[in-house]
Amino acid sequence: MTINTQAPPTFTGNKALQIEEALSFEIGGLDRTGVDFPPAEDRADRLGGLGRGSDIGLPGLSEPETMRHFVRLSQKNYAIDMGPFPLGSCTMKHNPRLNEKIARLPGFADLHPLAPQSCAQGALELIDTLAYWLKELTGMPAVAMSPKAGAHGELCGMMAIKAAIDARGEGARRTRVLAPESAHGTNPATAVQCGFTVEAIPADATGRVDLAALKEKLGPDVAAIMVTNPNTCGLFERDIRAIADAVHDAGGYFYCDGANFNAIAGKVKPGDLGVDAMHINLHKTFSTPHGGGGPGAGPTVLAQTLAEFAPVPFVVRRDGKYQLVETPGAESFGRLTAFHGQMGMFTRALAYMMSHGVDGVRQVAEDAVLNANYVLARLKAEMTPAFDGYCMHEALFDDRFLKDTGVETIDFAKAMIDEGYHPMTMYFPLVVHGAMLIEPTESESKRELDLFCDALLSLAKRAKAGATEAFKAAPVYAPRRRLDETAAARKPVLRWTPA
Amino acid sequence: MRYLPLNDADRSAMLKTIGAGKIDDLFADVPGDALNASFDLPAHAGELEVERALGAMAAKNRAADDGPFFIGGGAYKHHIPATVDHIIQRSEFLTAYTPYQPEIAQGTLQYLFEFQTQVAALSGMEVANASMYDGSTGCAEAALMARRITKRKKAVLSGGLHPHYGAVTRTNLELLKDEVVAAPVDVSASEDLAAMIDEKTACVIVQNPDVFGNIRDLAPIAEAAHTKGALLIAVVTEAVSLGGLKSPGEMDADIFVGEGQSLGNGLGFGGPYVGLFATRQKYLRQMPGRLCGETTDADGKRGFVLTLSTREQHIRRDKATSNICTNSGLCVLAFTIHMTLLGQAGLRKLATLNHQAACKTADALAAINGVEVINKTYFNEFTVRLPKSASEAVEKLAAQGILAGVPGGRLWPGDPGAENLLTVAASECTTDADIETLAKKLEGIL
Repeated sequence: MTINTQAPPTFTGNKALQIEEALSFEIGGLDRTGVDFPPAEDRADRLGGLGRGSDIGLPGLSEPETMRHFVRLSQKNYAIDMGPFPLGSCTMKHNPRLNEKIARLPGFADLHPLAPQSCAQGALELIDTLAYWLKELTGMPAVAMSPKAGAHGELCGMMAIKAAIDARGEGARRTRVLAPESAHGTNPATAVQCGFTVEAIPADATGRVDLAALKEKLGPDVAAIMVTNPNTCGLFERDIRAIADAVHDAGGYFYCDGANFNAIAGKVKPGDLGVDAMHINLHKTFSTPHGGGGPGAGPTVLAQTLAEFAPVPFVVRRDGKYQLVETPGAESFGRLTAFHGQMGMFTRALAYMMSHGVDGVRQVAEDAVLNANYVLARLKAEMTPAFDGYCMHEALFDDRFLKDTGVETIDFAKAMIDEGYHPMTMYFPLVVHGAMLIEPTESESKRELDLFCDALLSLAKRAKAGATEAFKAAPVYAPRRRLDETAAARKPVLRWTPA
Repeated sequence: MRYLPLNDADRSAMLKTIGAGKIDDLFADVPGDALNASFDLPAHAGELEVERALGAMAAKNRAADDGPFFIGGGAYKHHIPATVDHIIQRSEFLTAYTPYQPEIAQGTLQYLFEFQTQVAALSGMEVANASMYDGSTGCAEAALMARRITKRKKAVLSGGLHPHYGAVTRTNLELLKDEVVAAPVDVSASEDLAAMIDEKTACVIVQNPDVFGNIRDLAPIAEAAHTKGALLIAVVTEAVSLGGLKSPGEMDADIFVGEGQSLGNGLGFGGPYVGLFATRQKYLRQMPGRLCGETTDADGKRGFVLTLSTREQHIRRDKATSNICTNSGLCVLAFTIHMTLLGQAGLRKLATLNHQAACKTADALAAINGVEVINKTYFNEFTVRLPKSASEAVEKLAAQGILAGVPGGRLWPGDPGAENLLTVAASECTTDADIETLAKKLEGIL
């Protein structure tokens, strides 16, 4: 059988269920609206002559037009509910709908952040309960709940470290932060946002922090190290305690990027490993939906030495009542956001944790690691693992298996799209050439993993057999072929303007 | 466990393929004494049990819809059309990732592009990004951006800026040893900000309407800032006001920061919300956050991609304009759907109804002996001075089922000048009966 990739064009540009959709502004009209209101009264305004006179320039749509517009757009998206989404380091796992139901209870969803605390006892109880789970799972004594996402949690942890160093009178001296070459880009960006300079720690031949090289870089001017564990190569830092000891001996702090906590939650307490601060991505480890790029939530656990520097607000329990402390104490570094954090993510994460229980959370970590190792074992037949040995929750490959094929990592990824899969994380971590980082998570069944592996093995064989042009042309079945990103950046068009 | 597809037979078969004897062989790199730690946590529970336990917590809270409701102060109660929540719960939106593979993420990318267009139009600015976490973090990011543009290290904060926004900005700037000069709390919009701006000033941050509800003319402040080479950052915490008031762009602001919660997003006890961020074209490359741009695909068809990512942490690392990665994707979608339904025609009506509800509420409170309405101007929120502690009044009214507003003591704890202030917000949800109840009960406790 031959597949005809040159299907005849249609008059509309549509392809059966794939329907082209204009921008809402090209569909609607300036006088149109999809919301009915009672008539306004005829009375003078009190806007002080500062009312809006000119056209805003935004057309509206009726309700059916709006529904159709967004449903058609939705059908151009891949999603974890449709199939495997093996983005390494991003943790695309199943998002239970119970979480959504809980988050929408009016007592949570329709609760004002400045409602009197006597009217928000249940919400404060929920935050306190979630905080307890996070402290217990990490073995850490304190947690700041307000960070809005992972990078914001990093900021929280590093601000606490900065405040602690300043309190020791060493602020002017300890200005360097060390982070591995394989670190997420947020790590160096965060350190700089806190006024530090950043230096890379090289990796050893096994993909882990080079302990000897780290020790050489440590000194009285080092404020902290930022290490992801398990790291972005999908490997547990074997020398984790020696790393922590070395940093502590040098007078610095150990910030752990907790993006990959899902691999060890319920198995290992980071507090037992010498960690001083770590953020937890509720949208990764605890299943709150990624929603096309957010919102996230990044509560940050802190060691006792950093607890007093935590930001406001936080919840305390006094005389059987929950109280929100909103005024910073003498040592607190301040405030990270208005109000109290991502409550909508707290409700979802706690629903997930309670559903799993401590036994389930442990099983989640074990299944996630098992699934990744299964993929690693099966794909080894045609693809090249970046490092020897088992992995944790994600399997890292390099592009050696594509050598001399003319097919590059990006081509391989785009060909996966035509096979019905979202590509893996590509070209990250930076320490591996042409990296392909596959994280299946615990949500995939063995059957789904076998189909996925069969598809990737077939692609690898086709690449080696010289089907280079087909790879370069991929994808051909997606709503769009490859998009010209260079042109987009050269002449940025960032908004619609009327013709 | 209902969320886990593997059974024990699968697990055994997979371990065999891997060549491992048992699961903990895969965890061999973990220090032995740290592996399989014990936890003081409950075991798994069914859907029904979880729903009961968390439902009981929810029932202890007073929702905005439970009675007369007048709280604002940076988060606002509005009616959200049913269409919004239906669409954002579609799997293809809810369970998608950041659109890094644009060929299979055009749905997300197109709504980001529509959102950027809406935010730019609403704020009267030239370019908007694809969102920040919320208005307050956007405010701090704007101050950092002004610092990069002007290469100056001083920020001036208006006394009408929401104190949380001020605190977040201060926390971020003081970390870098910058100077942050805050004007005294300014309940009647009478401060002289121009006098506080000098040649060292990077930015002046002004909220409109301010935290007490006063409407501010930003144009003279913009002029004063520009004369000294500083930037004006305009903060708007009530997005609906953009449908009724002169836009920050029309008043010559350089950076616009907004809280977008009012459109499409519920109160949710403070988050997740959606930060709006827009500026002039010439400052584009100093912006934080993701940007979505238009381009074409290999067949010449229009499509959208994330662009100018050389500003961002995943490319530029320590040279990035911000460390932000995850933003407010799904809250952006809710905002965009609500705004698409409204259009400018609907938004204008909504703004008018909000303003009129506030006017009626203010008139009813002004008629109470001892209550003074401070504002000469306002949009949907205003401040009154009570003859006694507003915190106590709010607690007493809450006990009677009325959420009367934000007492000054909540936002400025320990400030005696704020203790008797009550900031009251109204909206399209406010009924005449609500207003009557508030006025009657407030009079009763004074």
